[in-house]
Amino acid sequence: MAETKTVKFIIQRQDNENSAPYEEEFEVPYRPGMNVISALMEVRRNPVNAKGQATSPITWDMNCLEEVCGACSMIINGKPRQSCSALVDQLEQPIRLAPMRTFPVVRDLQVDRSRMFDALKRVKAWIPIDGTYDLGPGPRMPENKRQWAYELSKCMTCGVCLEACPNVNSKSSFIGPQPLSQVRLFNAHPTGEMNKAERLETIMGEGGLTNCGNSQNCVQSCPKGIPLTTSIAALNRETTFQAFRNFFGSDRS
Amino acid sequence: MAGNREFFNRRLHSLLGVIPIGVFIVQHLIVNHFATEGVESFNKAANFMGTLPFRIVLETVVIYLPLLFHAIYGLYIAFTAKNNVSRFGFFRNWMFMLQRVSGVITLIFIAWHVWETRIAAAFGAEVNFQMMHDILSSPIMFAFYVIGIISAIFHFANGLWSFMVSWGITQSPRSQTIATYFTMVVFVLLSIVAVQTLLAFV
Repeated sequence: MAETKTVKFIIQRQDNENSAPYEEEFEVPYRPGMNVISALMEVRRNPVNAKGQATSPITWDMNCLEEVCGACSMIINGKPRQSCSALVDQLEQPIRLAPMRTFPVVRDLQVDRSRMFDALKRVKAWIPIDGTYDLGPGPRMPENKRQWAYELSKCMTCGVCLEACPNVNSKSSFIGPQPLSQVRLFNAHPTGEMNKAERLETIMGEGGLTNCGNSQNCVQSCPKGIPLTTSIAALNRETTFQAFRNFFGSDRS
Repeated sequence: MAGNREFFNRRLHSLLGVIPIGVFIVQHLIVNHFATEGVESFNKAANFMGTLPFRIVLETVVIYLPLLFHAIYGLYIAFTAKNNVSRFGFFRNWMFMLQRVSGVITLIFIAWHVWETRIAAAFGAEVNFQMMHDILSSPIMFAFYVIGIISAIFHFANGLWSFMVSWGITQSPRSQTIATYFTMVVFVLLSIVAVQTLLAFV
């Protein structure tokens, strides 16, 4: 009598890095308040597709389940976003899932986000305080600056901005908005500022800041609402001055 | 500064689009607007521009070389983008796409326009009202000129917006929004100037 309500998923799958993608449909029993991840977990518990055939469970990345780690990003109904905060009740059905193809696909919905961590290393997105003796407390940060810098620090390296950017693709070496905004964050810090020129010169290099074409998709898509395009414009101003300092010579670091 | 060519090229591309190419296009549209005051007035203005001292040096330094760099590097930029307006239909993403499309249309138009006027002049044709009247009396060429010139004006106006972002002049979202309104007013006004001129020739 009681027919169970189901949710239909169309999932783009891929067996390994080099194999061709294919679609597979799934019917998952509905539960109130379910999100995309709980549906994927249900498929993993019972790996049978909509045709009733046994299949392999779907591979995807996840960690925090509260939209702060950035691991579970995927394309959900055409938009890159976190699958943990994608509630089934708020999505149009059938729900279409696909991996973020800006990144190398490992398997199914799992992608390799290393390029973003490599970019963070390249721009030195940290504050160097290690030394052989205690340097004491650093300079204080003004409260109003701390407030906007905090917004930039919310970046969880989820990759949505890179996926949305038309200039981040296989034809370009653009590092994307995410590491650029981190340069602004660490350059804003009173201690991090001591290495400001070094970070600016890195983003003035290959694949850097000037590859931005101002489509502003990043700021529209960022799940954390980070003012990425403000960061980019601010860095444009900083690098303009840095370029003059480099060319004519300056005693300002 | 080592290994900095990309930064330099991009900034040069951005700068050249406004100075001197942007300045030139505004000047060109305004001087041509003399056509609305009659044949004599246009011929007088065209003759003045055409007989400026050191004309060939001025043309090379102010127009040909900057335009060539802007066009070639611009094509490279346009074809490294992977447009995605179908997935991300935001206003600025549309402008991003239109900036690249209008750039390519403008390049085709300018190549044709230079061939038909400057190169023809080098082979002895006289650049005057009659020449433009003959070209624009064909409805196809008239449509081609309208599309080409409107593309060029859009590319300039919207390029002014990205110039201001690329050099860090407009930084906050509010300043960028105001710049959008400002540049679109520039687009509309210059388009009116251009269309009035074109209509005056036929």
